[in-house]
Amino acid sequence: MKVGVIDYGVGNLGSVLRSLEELRVAPVLVNRAADMHATDCLILPGVGNFADCARLLDDGGWTTALRDEVQGYSRPLLGVCVGMQLLADSSTEGSEDGQETPGLGFIPGQVKHLRSLGCTQRVPHVGWNGITRGRRDDHLFQGIPDGTDFYFVHSYAFEPQFSEDVLATTDYGVLITAAVRRGHVWGTQFHPEKSSRAGFRLLRNFIEGPAC
Amino acid sequence: MLKVRVIPTLLWKQFGLVKGVGFDSWRRVGPVLPTIKVYNQREVDELVLVDILAHLGDDVPDFVSIDEFGQDCFVPLTVGGGITRIQQVQRLLRAGADKVAINTAAYARPELVTEIASQHGAQCVVASIDVRMQDGGWTCFSHAGKQATGREVVAWARELQDRGAGEILITSIERDGSMQGYDLPLIEALVRALNIPVIASGGAGNYQHMVEAVTQAGASAIAAASIFHFTEQTPAGAKAALAAAGVPVRQAFVAEGGC
Repeated sequence: MKVGVIDYGVGNLGSVLRSLEELRVAPVLVNRAADMHATDCLILPGVGNFADCARLLDDGGWTTALRDEVQGYSRPLLGVCVGMQLLADSSTEGSEDGQETPGLGFIPGQVKHLRSLGCTQRVPHVGWNGITRGRRDDHLFQGIPDGTDFYFVHSYAFEPQFSEDVLATTDYGVLITAAVRRGHVWGTQFHPEKSSRAGFRLLRNFIEGPAC
Repeated sequence: MLKVRVIPTLLWKQFGLVKGVGFDSWRRVGPVLPTIKVYNQREVDELVLVDILAHLGDDVPDFVSIDEFGQDCFVPLTVGGGITRIQQVQRLLRAGADKVAINTAAYARPELVTEIASQHGAQCVVASIDVRMQDGGWTCFSHAGKQATGREVVAWARELQDRGAGEILITSIERDGSMQGYDLPLIEALVRALNIPVIASGGAGNYQHMVEAVTQAGASAIAAASIFHFTEQTPAGAKAALAAAGVPVRQAFVAEGGC
């Protein structure tokens, strides 16, 4: 099992790598787009600003290569936090002229600020919040009961176009997308690598799932 | 529902952890790494690690040590002390920090907060403020509580929020290590003035103090050190007490159907 962690220049990759090691999986840090082809499945991390992450993906040739791997070769992919938001068609974050920044477009939908999604509570949404599964046929949350807390830290959220792509939600005054799935592409808004035992379980479910 | 976080604060000085009273009279507590491991195994909600001497040095922060500390930390880790430049933030995030705490440097160059927030996101910046009561008001102090800045706390916290801080960590220097309870009016003033989360710090001596910081002052999270270092009280006990008072807290993960 070769789990590739995409190193495109952002984020705290250390904790993702160490979580995988904790699961006795030897992760491969993939820092050239071409090297994705030699993996069994991919994890796309991301923190910070959507537009910056999207630009780094473009500049490093990752956007095209990811489309080949994921859409052409059906390589399973898990996006984490901004890595999940990048799966969307576009985001309003980081665009000064009101233009939307395009994402990878693997899961139809937009990324919007929590305020524009109707959230009136303190933003960013920081801390442990419980999830509720929308679909029960997916293995990503196998063994993880509703109400399990995961660690969230974000100001923007993914609003998928199709409700069947929403795997789980969390309640922060409004319902926020906590996890998505479309085909062999998954994403979590929360950080499994920072969610202690619940996070390990979710990562194990992804890696040991039928797609990987 | 979002849970109220219980956050052990680890103050780090040269080779080990310390804890003082009123930012002074430091006592040795123990080594850093085993402490992080223990807290991690006990599934604390989050950890804050501050190098209290870092603001004095030139070649800070100590990235090698922080990389080592991050190895065994599978809960969110905030690292503070000596951060003055955006390049250091990048290295800290790479080393295993999830957020950085900015304190002294923000007074000299508040743009640093904006720079970090625009590059890494607001969620990455914890603005840490240390205050003392002076002339009937709360005055902010830099350099680990040593230098008065002349800033009034509510105005300064608002400015930090406007500049992109994602959370405010507010510490009462007088209450620090006293175990006499948090400065509830101070926390409440910030909670009312801000729309980002406020982490209460300084003064926790028992679980009831923590309950008050949340139910009376409205804190989103409570940080504490002495109570965990020097008494039998634990983060798990704190969460049980908070839960009993009706405060939502995170429960340890139990897998469905065994395994």
